Amino acid sequence: MEIKVLGPGCANCKKLEANVFEAVSQLDVDADIQKIEDIQEIMSYGILSTPGLVVNGKVKVSGKVPSVAEIKAILEG
Amino acid sequence: MWQEAVDWLTYTLLGLDKGSLLGGAINFFIYDMVKIIFLLTLVIYGIAIIRSFIPADKVRAILSSKNEYVGNVLAGLFGIITPFCSCSAVPLFIGFVEAGVPLGVTFSFLVASPMINEIALGLLWSLFGWKIALIYVGSGLVIAIVAGIIIGRLGLERWVEEFVYQIKVGKTATEAMKITWKARSSDAWGYTRALVKKIIPYIAIGIGIGAFIHGYAPEELLSRVAARTNPLAVPTAVLIGIPLYSNAAGTIPIVTALVGKGVPMGTALAFMMSVTALSLPEMVILRKVLKKQLLAVFFGTVGIAIIFTGYLFNLVI
Repeated sequence: MEIKVLGPGCANCKKLEANVFEAVSQLDVDADIQKIEDIQEIMSYGILSTPGLVVNGKVKVSGKVPSVAEIKAILEG
Repeated sequence: MWQEAVDWLTYTLLGLDKGSLLGGAINFFIYDMVKIIFLLTLVIYGIAIIRSFIPADKVRAILSSKNEYVGNVLAGLFGIITPFCSCSAVPLFIGFVEAGVPLGVTFSFLVASPMINEIALGLLWSLFGWKIALIYVGSGLVIAIVAGIIIGRLGLERWVEEFVYQIKVGKTATEAMKITWKARSSDAWGYTRALVKKIIPYIAIGIGIGAFIHGYAPEELLSRVAARTNPLAVPTAVLIGIPLYSNAAGTIPIVTALVGKGVPMGTALAFMMSVTALSLPEMVILRKVLKKQLLAVFFGTVGIAIIFTGYLFNLVI
């Protein structure tokens, strides 16, 4: 599973990244987690507000920080 | 009702002397804390619910299909309910410009979003009543609309960093998600709780200082410095407000006490607007997409509009 956290590095983006790590470790799945800070690349996903959560190339969340439980639900599909 | 309960708590339960400075200050502190937290929670939650119906991409779709003036007004209105995270400003700006939202309309949004925020709204409502809160929203909206129209008329597109126009914005790959009322409500509640928790310390410190001023500061001193007749009071208040961005929540209760001690409302409101709308971190972030000249026009226009509003309030109220 490929997970990207989109955000230039504000408090919300860091919180999302931390939540993603927590969710992945709780689910015990194999995931490649990347933090994308480059604005060009962030914009290539077409999101308007950060932070954004991208799973396998699809934007799942943007503009808010989902909880660990919500991220787990998203990852489990 | 609130006042009686707080009176009972401070004077009967804690046994403080009703006429004493300390008793008065503690009474003032508890009363304001209870009232502010209650109203603040109400306002933040309400706006979070409204916002769940109007996500940013919907705003963009609407704004890119409207003419300039209607667009300025709508952009200002949308800005009210959108919380401003300084790091979200850049993707939002690029996304708007790229979708063909006129520059002036984008600026109306950029001005309204940080200036009219739910924290300031909740605090003003709890401290000065709903009329002042409404006036605050109204004048903020007018500033956002006028500033946007001026910037749009000036045709300053050349002062936007070139890369903004070259960036390829991807098609939004967000999967359409059905949001239930339950999810809306729990999202809004989570947001409200986190935000209120974050600003409570600021408010406590602010009211603490406010209570102190309320009880101790000499009235003549303050009202002499910031008097209505002092023409420099409003611009000075705006200048002081610029570096105070992060303490927006904490400065407002201080403002309350100042108003109570005779500082005119317009001067106080100008200070608050400056704290929330003109900030150094925002300037640094926006510099990534705006050239210096446009940044200066943006801050200059908003600054002048705020000073103007301050004078206007001092004349009217």
